[in-house]
Amino acid sequence: MRAVLLVARHVFKDSVRDKVLYAIVAFALVLMATSFLIGQLTAGQDVKIIKDLGLAAMSLFGLFIALFIGIGLVAREIDRRSIYAVLAKPIRRHEFIVGKYLGLVATLAINLIVMTAAYYVVLAYMRWTLSPAALAGQPPATDPRLLIGVAMIGAELALVTAVALFWSTFSSSALLSAALTAGLWIAGQFGSDLRNLGQVVKSPVAAGVGRALYYLLPNFAAFDVKAQVVHGLPIGAAYIATTLLYGIAYAAMLIAAAVMIFSRRDFK
Amino acid sequence: MTAAPARATIGAVVLIVTLAAAVVWLQVYRDARFHLAEPAQQVLYVRSPAMMQRLGLSFDAVLADLYWIRAIQYYGGTRLSDTAEKHYELLYPLLELATSLDPQFNVAYRFGAFFLSEPAPGGANHPELAIQLLERGIAANPTRWEYPYDAGFVFYRQADYRQAAEWFRRAADVAGAPPWLRPLAAVTLATGGDTQSSRRLWQNMLATADEDWLRRSAEHRLQQLDAIDTIQQLEAVTAEYRRRHGGPPPSWEALIRDGGLRHVPIDISGRPFVLDPDDGSVTISSDSSLWPLPTERAP
Repeated sequence: MRAVLLVARHVFKDSVRDKVLYAIVAFALVLMATSFLIGQLTAGQDVKIIKDLGLAAMSLFGLFIALFIGIGLVAREIDRRSIYAVLAKPIRRHEFIVGKYLGLVATLAINLIVMTAAYYVVLAYMRWTLSPAALAGQPPATDPRLLIGVAMIGAELALVTAVALFWSTFSSSALLSAALTAGLWIAGQFGSDLRNLGQVVKSPVAAGVGRALYYLLPNFAAFDVKAQVVHGLPIGAAYIATTLLYGIAYAAMLIAAAVMIFSRRDFK
Repeated sequence: MTAAPARATIGAVVLIVTLAAAVVWLQVYRDARFHLAEPAQQVLYVRSPAMMQRLGLSFDAVLADLYWIRAIQYYGGTRLSDTAEKHYELLYPLLELATSLDPQFNVAYRFGAFFLSEPAPGGANHPELAIQLLERGIAANPTRWEYPYDAGFVFYRQADYRQAAEWFRRAADVAGAPPWLRPLAAVTLATGGDTQSSRRLWQNMLATADEDWLRRSAEHRLQQLDAIDTIQQLEAVTAEYRRRHGGPPPSWEALIRDGGLRHVPIDISGRPFVLDPDDGSVTISSDSSLWPLPTERAP
C-alpha cells in the first residue's frame, strides 16, 4: 500500500508540473469567467447558460487531461526507458499501475475542485448582480445540486483515466492509445442506440450484437446528469449510487486487466 | 546579453511588429476594396434534432443554449431589418433543435409559442407551428400548466375561442395550476374576443410570467387595449359632434373649439391619435409604438 501511495504521489507531482495541464485549467477558468458575457445574448437565460457552459467546460477539459496524461502514464516511462529504474526498485508491478492510476485521479480531483470553486464564484457573482425578477422561476444560481453533476463528471473522468491507462500498458503509440480512448468515450455516448438497435434493424443477430456491445462497452452516457442538475430536477440517490458503483467496478476491471498485461510484459 | 544577440533580438521584434502592422493594414485595405457579398439567407446545416442529439454527444445542454442564442439573434435581426416583408423561416427549426437537445428548456417553448403565432411583422404568423412546439413541450413536461395555457392563448389570438377554452380547461386540470384558469376557460367560451376578456388574459400573463420579455409583451398588449378603450371614447365624442353638426369633425381642433376635448389626444407613446375626417373614425398613428392594434371588439 505504501508503494502504491508513493507512486501515486509521484504521478500527482509530475502532473501538476505539466504545463499542458495548467493551460487547460486556465482555459477552462477563463471560459467560465467570460461565459457571463455570453449571457448578455440570451434573453434572460444568463444563469442557465453559465451553468451549462461551466459543467461542459469541466467535462471537456477534464476529458483532455484524462486523455493526454492518461495515455502517457505508462507509455512515457517505457519510451524514456525509466521503466527499468522503476521496476528495479522494490515496487511490484501491480503497485506501479494502481499508483499511476490513483495519482492521475487525484490530479483530476484537484483540477475539478479548482474549476468548481471558480464556477461557483461566477454563479455567485451572477446572483449578486442580477435582479430578483431576472432570477425568478429558475433554480438558485448557486444551487448545491450542481455538485452532483460535478461528482458524476469526476466519476466519468476516473473511468476515462482507467481506459487510457489500460491502452497505455500495451500500446506503443500514444496517438493510437488516444484514438482508442476517445473512440471508446464516443461509443459510450451511444448506449441507448446500441441497446435499441433491434427496433431499427431486421436482423436479430445485429440486434444481439448491438445489445452485447451496449453491456460490454463503458456506458459514459449514464454519468451525464448535467441537464437535470441545471434544471434542478431530482436525481434519485439510488441512480447515483448504482452509476458510481458501475464506474468503480468497470474501472477496477480495466485496472486489473492493465495489471495483468503489464505484469506479463518483458521490457528487455 | 552581448551586443550581437541583443541587436538580433531587437531586429526580430521590429520585424514582427512591422509584419503585424502590415497584416492589419492589408486586412483593412482588402475589406475596403473588395466587398464580400453577405449571404442572402442564413442557413441551418443540421436540421434534424435526432442527428444533432447524436452529434452533441454529452454536450446536449450547451448545444441547446447555442441554438437558443441563435434563435434570439435570428428573431431580433430579422425583426429589426429594413426588409419590408419579414420571414422567420428558421425560427421554428432553431427552437425545435433547442428543445430537442434540452426538453426542459422552458423559455424556448414559451418564446416560440408567442413569436411563432404573432402576426407579421412582429412574428412568424405560424400558429400551427406554435401549437406543434407546445405539444412537444407538454409531452416532455406534463406537469407544466403554462404550456396548455400558452396553447389556449395562441387559439385565442386566432379568434378560435372554443379551442382556446378547451386548452385553458386542460391547463386548469394540471396539478398546481392557478385557480383562475378554470373560470377563464368558461369566460373565454362565453365572451371571448372582447377587450375585457383580452385584458384579463394579459393581466394574468403579466402576473405569472417568469420571463422579462414575456412581461414586457404583456405590458405592451395592455397598453394597446388601453388605446382601444381610448379610441372608443374618442369615437363617442366624434359621434356626438356628428349628431350636433350633421357631419364628422374635420380635425381635432374643431372638437377642441366645440368643447368636446381639451387638447389633442395622444397615446402612451406620445403620438397623436389619427382622426379620419370622412367618417369620424379614430385610430392610432402608424408611427406609434402601439401600432398595429389588435382586433378585439368592444364588450
